Amino acid sequence: MSAVVSLSNVHKQFGALKVLDGVSFDVGRGEVAAIIGQSGSGKSTVLRCINALETIQQGTIDVCGHALHDAGLNRRALHLDVGIVFQSYNLFPHLTVEQNIMLAPVSVKSVPKKEARELAREVLARVGMEAKAENYPEQLSGGQQQRVAIARSLAMSPKLMLFDEVTSALDPQLTGEVLRVMEDLARGGMTMILVTHEMAFARKVASKIIYMHQGKVWETGSGEMLDQPKTPELRNFVGGVSSDQASASV
Amino acid sequence: MPTFSLVHLEFLLVAAQWTIGLSIAAFVGGGLVGFVVALARISDLRLLRIAAMIYIQLVQGTPLLILLFVIYFGISLLGFNNLPALFAACAGLIVYSSGFLAEIWRGCIESVPKTQWQAAECLALTPWQRMVKVILPQAARIATAPTVGFLVQIVKNTSLASVVGFVELAQAGKLINNSIYEPFTVFMIVALIYFAICFPLSTWSRRLERKLNVGRR
Repeated sequence: MSAVVSLSNVHKQFGALKVLDGVSFDVGRGEVAAIIGQSGSGKSTVLRCINALETIQQGTIDVCGHALHDAGLNRRALHLDVGIVFQSYNLFPHLTVEQNIMLAPVSVKSVPKKEARELAREVLARVGMEAKAENYPEQLSGGQQQRVAIARSLAMSPKLMLFDEVTSALDPQLTGEVLRVMEDLARGGMTMILVTHEMAFARKVASKIIYMHQGKVWETGSGEMLDQPKTPELRNFVGGVSSDQASASV
Repeated sequence: MPTFSLVHLEFLLVAAQWTIGLSIAAFVGGGLVGFVVALARISDLRLLRIAAMIYIQLVQGTPLLILLFVIYFGISLLGFNNLPALFAACAGLIVYSSGFLAEIWRGCIESVPKTQWQAAECLALTPWQRMVKVILPQAARIATAPTVGFLVQIVKNTSLASVVGFVELAQAGKLINNSIYEPFTVFMIVALIYFAICFPLSTWSRRLERKLNVGRR
């Protein structure tokens, strides 16, 4: 299994604050990696680094053959290979669902409008949103918007998809519909890295779980790692996560 | 002694057309220049940002009256003695409105959330595509009401073009008053004509504001 993403000794600081303190891990093709950890553990920052939305001070990050630590990085080429879904959806409010999805294929890949529309219908069907193609984002629920955001990313056929706490702003029912879409993607062989608070989901879908604590990769393993934590920090985190979720959904 | 008659009214209405013409020139010209300045103001290039900021500060910190004088006499210093007052009036008003429109529009562009830029970048859109297809349509929605509101200011400020000898509505009123000396009647009618031009604009601006606020969360 060749590595799609490879981080080695990544350091990042915001001023005096060390956010990432020597992070290293690999994610192979077709793998689903879940990054878990408390708020402030650096997990979202890692994800944003993988998409070059943040710069790093030390270490190397290779993503789909792009060297992100290199000053000559071609950001557009990277973004063609890597899709990202944000916690706040970030759909374009002035465009309909269908136009949201067609925008990038038409502008970036010069796909003819007619084909782009078919492509939009196809990815919308995959996330169960084909009925809302003509709606504007603000007419949709959070869960529906998030599924559209996933479809928008899918339409660019990325080699890797990043999910940044995509269900954190959703109630349990809407969370369920988004997680089902992500599970389908994982089963379809998509390489995925997700930052999540959904422990049950991580355990079920992820082939690799990365527990981050104080800017470091504290523990890595498969789903069983959550049942038998080696470190007291992970034990604490797994034990306290249900109360965490209660406060996060407020 | 002659009194206010239809001939005078006709003279005022013709002059009002110049007021409208000047306003359109100031708005279109100022809009084009202002848009470029607004883009420069948020550019990645520091030098361009600073240059745009200095331009805006200079224009906003100078009375339009003085701006018009400087341009009018500046042009003749450059050796263009026979340029019509219309040219100086247009140039002055364009500079004036570009300074204000640039700042209004910069604010509107920057009020589109950063996350929209990010989402567009992550879809591999080029910087120009991000601006044109994602940011500007959203900024335009925010900008419509304040822009129309500023249009009213432009219409009223064209009256200052009279100082460089250009005969628009205010200057026409002055000329008529000089010959018949009925200041109240004359300037009352001048005021009414200005109002007739500006009132529909302000109403439109208010309506736009209401309409665009609905559906925004």
